[in-house]
Amino acid sequence: MSLPPFESIVAEHGAVVLRVCRAVLRPDDAEDAWSETFLAALRAYPRLRPDSNIRGWLITIAHRKAIDGYRTNRRAPLAVAELPHEPATADVYEVTDAALEAAVRALPDKQRQVVAYRYLADLTYREIAELVGGSEAAARRSAADGIATLRRTYVPEEPE
Amino acid sequence: MNPLTALPHPDPATLDRLHARLVEAAAADDTLDIAYRTVDTPLGELLLAATPAGLVRVAYESEGHDAVLSTLAAKVSPRVLRAPSRLDPAARELDDYFAGRRHVFDLPLDLQLAHGFRREVLAHLPDIAYGRTASYSAVAAAAGRPTAVRAAASACAVNPLPIVIPCHRVVRSDGSLGGYLGGVAAKQALLTLESAG
Repeated sequence: MSLPPFESIVAEHGAVVLRVCRAVLRPDDAEDAWSETFLAALRAYPRLRPDSNIRGWLITIAHRKAIDGYRTNRRAPLAVAELPHEPATADVYEVTDAALEAAVRALPDKQRQVVAYRYLADLTYREIAELVGGSEAAARRSAADGIATLRRTYVPEEPE
Repeated sequence: MNPLTALPHPDPATLDRLHARLVEAAAADDTLDIAYRTVDTPLGELLLAATPAGLVRVAYESEGHDAVLSTLAAKVSPRVLRAPSRLDPAARELDDYFAGRRHVFDLPLDLQLAHGFRREVLAHLPDIAYGRTASYSAVAAAAGRPTAVRAAASACAVNPLPIVIPCHRVVRSDGSLGGYLGGVAAKQALLTLESAG
């Protein structure tokens, strides 16, 4: 078994990594983080074991190189206030839920990371604990707290 | 239910822009080991792949482009990215060739996929002029082993750079076409194109 061409890694995981970066970073930092992550991944790629969990590996690189270290001061303060007031369209596939984005961005750093790694990147709590530090149980609690806050702060638009 | 399902998905244009940025950064970083693109030709879609040293592979559709890229990843390097602009000169020369405007390719070539006698054979094929043909035994002799006719034929059969290295100009001594990795119809089409020029 050998490694597939790196192009297929970008094609398969590029969108997920960008969603994670957008969820945990400011919008302009998210694209830089994506670029930094994939360049670092390309460098290290020939040494990767072919049976590795590629998505977990990419999120680890993103966390260590680009996400960890940005911390609170780089987070958009009260992004809710900056939301464009566009009417929701009827076509559900066109809806980009800016209110949810803002609610995620308003979470404390660690909760935001844990929620994104769990629900966007589909990492296990054990993998997440290795990234953000602390125990698996603590990661699970962070996610639960984050989700509870989202349910409180984020009210989806009612369909017509 | 996943509470983040409603977060927007990146649009394809954004991902394309980031991909192009990655290609540039990788090239500047010396980690773009293999760049590739496809080109449309009268013989179907061709895959072109290059290392920093030069064009390393030209592949017909019938070879399976995905399979060819996987082989390159295993044999040369898995650092493979779709990077059309880095193959613009090769694509342009092939366009000109198929339009009859170009008789000689002037591209840096990377022959690392061919070894030993096979490489010797490939190195001598460009000596067969546009519009001419040579026999397998003449090619064996030119490469320094007049009796290695079968080995010369198999070198042609696995030429990693068909069209650019003109293995299609090698035919049997009795004048029949012999085989071709792109199919005999493709070989005939190339010889017909060249006989018109």
